[in-house]
Amino acid sequence: MFTTPKWASAAALSLSAVLALAGCSAAAPGTSSTPGGKPGGAITVYNAQHEELTQAWADEFTKQTGVTVTLRNGDDSELGNQLVQEGSASPADVFLTENSPAMSLVDSAGLFAPVDASTLAQVPKAYRPSTGRWTGIAARSTVFVYNPSLLSEAQLPASLLDLADAKWKGRWAASPSGADFQAIVSALLAQKGEKATTAWLASMKQNTTTYKGNSTVMKAVNAGEIPAGVIYHYYWFADQAGTGENSKNTQLYYFKNSDPGAFVSTSGGGVLKTAKNPVAAQAFLKFITGKSGQAILQTGSSFEYPVASEVAANKALVPLVDLKAPVLDPSKLDSRKVTDLMTAAGLL
Amino acid sequence: MTRLRNRTPGAIIAMATGVSLLGLVPLGYVVVTAIATGAPALSALVFRPRVAELLANTAALVLITVPLCALVGVAAAWLVERTRLAGGRAFAILLVVPLAIPAFVNSYGWVSAVPSLNGLWSGVLVAGLSYFPLVYLPTVAALRRLDPAVEESARSLGLSPFGVFLRVVLPQLRLPILGGSLIIGLHLLSEYGAFAMIRFDTFTTAIVDQFRSTFNGPAANALAGVLVLCCLFLLVGESGARGGARYARIGSGSARPAGRSRLGLWSPVAYLFLGVLVALSVAVPFASVARWLVSGGFAAWSDRYLLTALGQTIGYGLVGAVVTCLLAFPIAFLAVRFPGRVARVLESINYVTSSLPGLVTALAFVTVAIRLVPALYQTASLVIVVYLLMFLPRAIVNLRSGLAQVPPGLEEAARSLGRHPLVAFSTVTLKFVMPSALAGSSLVFLGIVTELTSTLLLAPNGTRTLAIQFWSRVNDVDYVGAAPYASLMILLSLPVTYLLFARSRSERAAVNSL
Repeated sequence: MFTTPKWASAAALSLSAVLALAGCSAAAPGTSSTPGGKPGGAITVYNAQHEELTQAWADEFTKQTGVTVTLRNGDDSELGNQLVQEGSASPADVFLTENSPAMSLVDSAGLFAPVDASTLAQVPKAYRPSTGRWTGIAARSTVFVYNPSLLSEAQLPASLLDLADAKWKGRWAASPSGADFQAIVSALLAQKGEKATTAWLASMKQNTTTYKGNSTVMKAVNAGEIPAGVIYHYYWFADQAGTGENSKNTQLYYFKNSDPGAFVSTSGGGVLKTAKNPVAAQAFLKFITGKSGQAILQTGSSFEYPVASEVAANKALVPLVDLKAPVLDPSKLDSRKVTDLMTAAGLL
Repeated sequence: MTRLRNRTPGAIIAMATGVSLLGLVPLGYVVVTAIATGAPALSALVFRPRVAELLANTAALVLITVPLCALVGVAAAWLVERTRLAGGRAFAILLVVPLAIPAFVNSYGWVSAVPSLNGLWSGVLVAGLSYFPLVYLPTVAALRRLDPAVEESARSLGLSPFGVFLRVVLPQLRLPILGGSLIIGLHLLSEYGAFAMIRFDTFTTAIVDQFRSTFNGPAANALAGVLVLCCLFLLVGESGARGGARYARIGSGSARPAGRSRLGLWSPVAYLFLGVLVALSVAVPFASVARWLVSGGFAAWSDRYLLTALGQTIGYGLVGAVVTCLLAFPIAFLAVRFPGRVARVLESINYVTSSLPGLVTALAFVTVAIRLVPALYQTASLVIVVYLLMFLPRAIVNLRSGLAQVPPGLEEAARSLGRHPLVAFSTVTLKFVMPSALAGSSLVFLGIVTELTSTLLLAPNGTRTLAIQFWSRVNDVDYVGAAPYASLMILLSLPVTYLLFARSRSERAAVNSL
């Protein structure tokens, strides 16, 4: 009775139809724009920046150019490593990060196309690597968020390195699984070397209470679960600008003094060599680093620092120059080494 | 049997084998990456303090939560099924409702109510409240089918009521309790969101952390290997504990419903127990979601992705359910009509695969797709394949019990009356199997709607399911923005949960496959 598997093949056929349907529904619309001409069509952005910020950029860019922007959201190192694995098969046109180590990772795999000279001209040299294969798009500062009812001003640490001291056991929080904190560690590594970083991470494993996400760290400090935490500045300002419910009991402390804890991290953007729509991809990067893209950083709800086109930071923020950040080459920050060291320390 | 085996249909075997081969990919991936990593590097990644820490956390979680769930589940089932508590039926339904609340939404509810929750005991609390119905439900089903005559004989031979429960009823509940406990254990091993939210690190949360830092780096793969071993350990342990004893009722006719005990002075205690259980497992998460919904007002519903996410979630749920059911059919068909070693092997491969954490399956397919089948990479089809492997047994178990109820004689009779075999098959067998196919598909649908971890890894560019959007809002500590997504997931799950409840009263199949 079943020697002729008619119904079986019918089932298989309808199955493949269903699968094809499912495949089609998710496929991006065809991309097109003429080389050297006006940007058009669609681009896919691997986005490790805050979704809200990149969406604001994408919406404005679409309004100006008509280019459709599809986001794939993830974390710096996740998407960076993903791009490396995908290699030339990657569907990505543009890669945006919160921190530079993941940019270096993709760059050292030789996957970036040179950024258009007109884009680079908009960004000061301090915020882009000399190779010109990616550019800074924004910046963020390390801060020490603390709860004054649990930690007096006199007790504040002079340096991030002091947090390795046993007296800080159980007294500070961080989100070591996040790219933000890993970037801070990469700066520490670049500034103080592997031996000091390994030792610091080992004591961090003893001292730190770990949370998932900077917002969660701040929320815990605010609730008095823990006296202090190491996060980036803009979480605090964004919350203050809103209801303040996760930050009203906290204050920010800047290490300054070129301390590793004063690290200012450069968020990066780059165009993939294998971009299907390089014209629109370059145009997107130019838009982000241009006046209207940077203005979104100044006036929007992200509270990240603008770095290009001479757009000033949001008035609520401490000016970048006053932060006395250590001077580091953003393209020298090594994400792989950092995850290895953090894995070895038992933080990952 | 021999007569039938001679005609085992090749096409069906081929389809069933194809699906099962697909099911070998995750295990194969773990083995291959372990070999590729090499012994020295692998042992450096496995034998390190962090892994010991994760192992201790994971083991403690399983060892504390599973017995607690079994205890609570059996006690609740007995109170609802075997006592004369007023409102028993209402409790019977309310105790299934936690199944409609994904564990990570329950965790969100609890963290909203008690923000300082963290660590092992919070994990036990949240997971226990999410998963106890997995023991409760099959136990209810089993209690309804026990032949009261056995209990009455034990009573007449002088056992106290409690003695009867301990020595007669409980041993007969061994299978549902063990089965439910195994499923809870596997859920505990594979859950990510619920534990991430309360800062309790298990293997799965650590793998996700590694994934976020390295994509599919060797450390993530090494952890996945250890996690797979934990799963296999549970599977083997459960099948060992199940033993070979029979628990079927022999004899003609059907058993009458068992009598119900009066609790007398104990009733307040019983009410307190059931009341607290429902309050903690249903009222707390519902109240939290409601609270955020109210504080967000209408504005929270204008979220630009809400409709997209709802549409995509339903789309994936439906396509996944249909595909899974279609591909489960050959395996179920073989198991029922042509039982034997081939059928058993094919079926058990799928059980083992679906027992692996979805995260591991997703990791495997991301890697395989990038390296070997780039055309499938980041497509909805790949997501469906992983859903298929994760939820296949839900369809198989239901289809099998449905098929088993169709006497092959009926179909043969139709053919002897001149119907074409295909017509005979579809008018007789398929028609009878439809209800169980629907039940199986709804369970797959439920699984897909509430799936978070592997969807996070696999989603094609631009895809936003309810679970993904919920998680993204929660990560930004935007609990208000997450509430509409949470409530939609619960709303989509509630009807299926009710169906599960209804089926538990007639059949155990539906329940055993969650």
